[in-house]
Amino acid sequence: MTAMNAPTTNQRSTARPIALVNARLIDPASGLDQLGGLLIVEDRIADLGRHIAAGSLRDAEVVDCGGRVLAPGIIDMMVSAGEPGLEHRETLATASRAAAAGGVTTIVCMPNTEPVIDDVALVDFILRRARDTALVNVHPMAAMTKGLLGQEMTEIGLLRDAGAIAFGNGKTSVANARVMRNVLAYAKDFGALIVHHLEDPSLGQDGVMNEGEVATRLGLRGVPTAAETIMLERDIRLVELTGGRYHAAQISCRTSLDIIRTAKLMGLPVTCGVSINHLTLNENDIGPYRTFFKMKPPLRSEDDRRAMVEGVASGDIDVIVSAHDPRGAEGKRRPFAEAADGAVGLETLLGAALRLYHNGEVELPRLLRALTANPARLLKLNSGRLAKGAPADLVLIELDTPWIIEPERLCSKSKNTPFDGARLEGRAVLTLVAGRPVYNYAD
Amino acid sequence: MSIAAEASNFSFPHRHLLGIEGLSPAEITGLLDLSEEATKLSRQIDKKRDDLRGRTLINLFFEASTRTQSSFELAGKRLGADVMNMSVSNSSVQKGETLIDTAVTLNAMRPNLLVVRHHAAGAVQLLSQKVDCSVINAGDGSHEHPTQALLDALTIRRHKGHIEGLVVAICGDILHSRVARSNILLLNALGARVRVVAPSTLLASGIERLGVEVYTSMWEGLVDADIVMMLRLQRERMASSLVPGQREYFHFFGLDYEKLARAKPDALVMHPGPMNRGVEIDSNVADDPQSVVREQVEMGVAVRMAVLQALARHLPNQ
Repeated sequence: MTAMNAPTTNQRSTARPIALVNARLIDPASGLDQLGGLLIVEDRIADLGRHIAAGSLRDAEVVDCGGRVLAPGIIDMMVSAGEPGLEHRETLATASRAAAAGGVTTIVCMPNTEPVIDDVALVDFILRRARDTALVNVHPMAAMTKGLLGQEMTEIGLLRDAGAIAFGNGKTSVANARVMRNVLAYAKDFGALIVHHLEDPSLGQDGVMNEGEVATRLGLRGVPTAAETIMLERDIRLVELTGGRYHAAQISCRTSLDIIRTAKLMGLPVTCGVSINHLTLNENDIGPYRTFFKMKPPLRSEDDRRAMVEGVASGDIDVIVSAHDPRGAEGKRRPFAEAADGAVGLETLLGAALRLYHNGEVELPRLLRALTANPARLLKLNSGRLAKGAPADLVLIELDTPWIIEPERLCSKSKNTPFDGARLEGRAVLTLVAGRPVYNYAD
Repeated sequence: MSIAAEASNFSFPHRHLLGIEGLSPAEITGLLDLSEEATKLSRQIDKKRDDLRGRTLINLFFEASTRTQSSFELAGKRLGADVMNMSVSNSSVQKGETLIDTAVTLNAMRPNLLVVRHHAAGAVQLLSQKVDCSVINAGDGSHEHPTQALLDALTIRRHKGHIEGLVVAICGDILHSRVARSNILLLNALGARVRVVAPSTLLASGIERLGVEVYTSMWEGLVDADIVMMLRLQRERMASSLVPGQREYFHFFGLDYEKLARAKPDALVMHPGPMNRGVEIDSNVADDPQSVVREQVEMGVAVRMAVLQALARHLPNQ
């Protein structure tokens, strides 16, 4: 391909303007989908449109995109980045390299670290580490209860002021409804977004995969979808009571989608996400106890997966996340019931999502909206769109490139991908953060 | 001469003082006028009157109290009553039957005035139905604390000359505060514009229906306020996950000079006490000339004298 060579970092402040020309510009925020070019000055988008073409800009460095899709960089709302305390699985540096390779320009890192990100000093730590080591934008999500124990709420106001972009409870639900009510009510005063994992702890206690025939055949204990839907229903009643801004971190089944639709029809400030795994895989993929397919929430039935795809297509599901959760052999090379949950996903997110486009299930702008403009809106970020003045966080997408996932070639420190050996079609070929190339497939 | 006689045309046709609710603006104003007289008396060297001579006043406190109990005691003694203090410890609690049994027992001792504080809303009213004497509510749960509202109003009126039209911001733990409820009722009755300022977790549901403007930001709620009334935040509220902690609470809801600057330059700072310095109020603000916290305590004695006086006129067994 003809993409530019990545300049080294110290050239950045004096860099010439960059003109990305002959691109299919897709801006999911505005609905723009047309051929044209985009001009980057410093770290911002200075201009875009048909008039940005080779030869029209004398002093700019011109990159011919060859008609490929130029879109806002992906914003991934659910990334476990390993810091602090889990650096053997991942670091902000390795996670950000994986992100860049996947066309992801902004990651939200989860608070379920060691120690838990429930204090101003830890938010500050993440931001400083990210500034010093990460290639992409990093925003910490802070814990909404101290130690993620679900009992006392954290200093939501001070954490927000320190830079926490949202508040979650890791991979656990706050079981105590009174605490959840207080968190939603309190967060509302600060305009803070509450991102909740959905699994009733008592119903989900012993389960290791979706409850049903497959679990029964494998002799594994199941997690019923009711563990998710009961918690979601409860939360929505509490949103109704408090008016707090609420985002279901990931839903996994058809009933949850129905609940979300109803809540949205009621006009409640409710949104939801789905992981790329639950859009592209189902419980049958577990096959002979393959632990890389052990997730939380568990992979569900094919009907549930189809419902998730429909939800993205209809817009009822707002956000697609990678649910990137690096795990080493110590967590995964175990009997299924004892193995760790989670899968890496930053590098495969876009390629796997494009399956939905190639299958004709989701229109490309709609798919990209769930990866860019929608998370930006929820997180109140200025990025996630192609617009004058917006940060030049961009991804150039080759829609038809076939590639095979080879775990050993992943940038992530952990290789637990459920797409091991999978054939994907389409990927990021150039990723820019603040106008600076951070990934180039040609290299 | 009785101090009541000095406040002319004042009629107070109530047997008990159970709350501000049910008092007319004229009755409230009358009590405040009477309190002014009591203030003068309390500033004399000889503070003793004989209005309540031969009468028995029992302070029945089911909840610990320093200033309310001692100011009722002083008020009673200055008016010549025999005062007895009964503190009932929280450990010997106290179902409905027990409370009524206590009331019946005390009633048999034939007191004339019973001052009651109880941790349960409505308990004082329940007790008042079982005794023959006058009952004064010295605080029942999160319901009412009428003498606190009266002393706050008296303090305000002495500084501002009037209550009507003043902007009063009541800040802090509205949810659990009987002081807030009594003040909202009284200040609204006298025509003030009342605001409440608190995080949503400390706002009582439906509070806006009580005729207040609701704010969840101190920086907004204090704008152009004439009166900034702070409420005590009990530490239990943090453990029960209503607020995250002392540091955050002070940052966003504690009264410091930065937030106070949003109020009018001559705004009064008030607090019913006891204060948590560094939690709901900056220590320097608490001691600032704008703060009238100590004067509130003085007015507490005066208001309680006035209330005892007003009720004494209708005492049974006259």
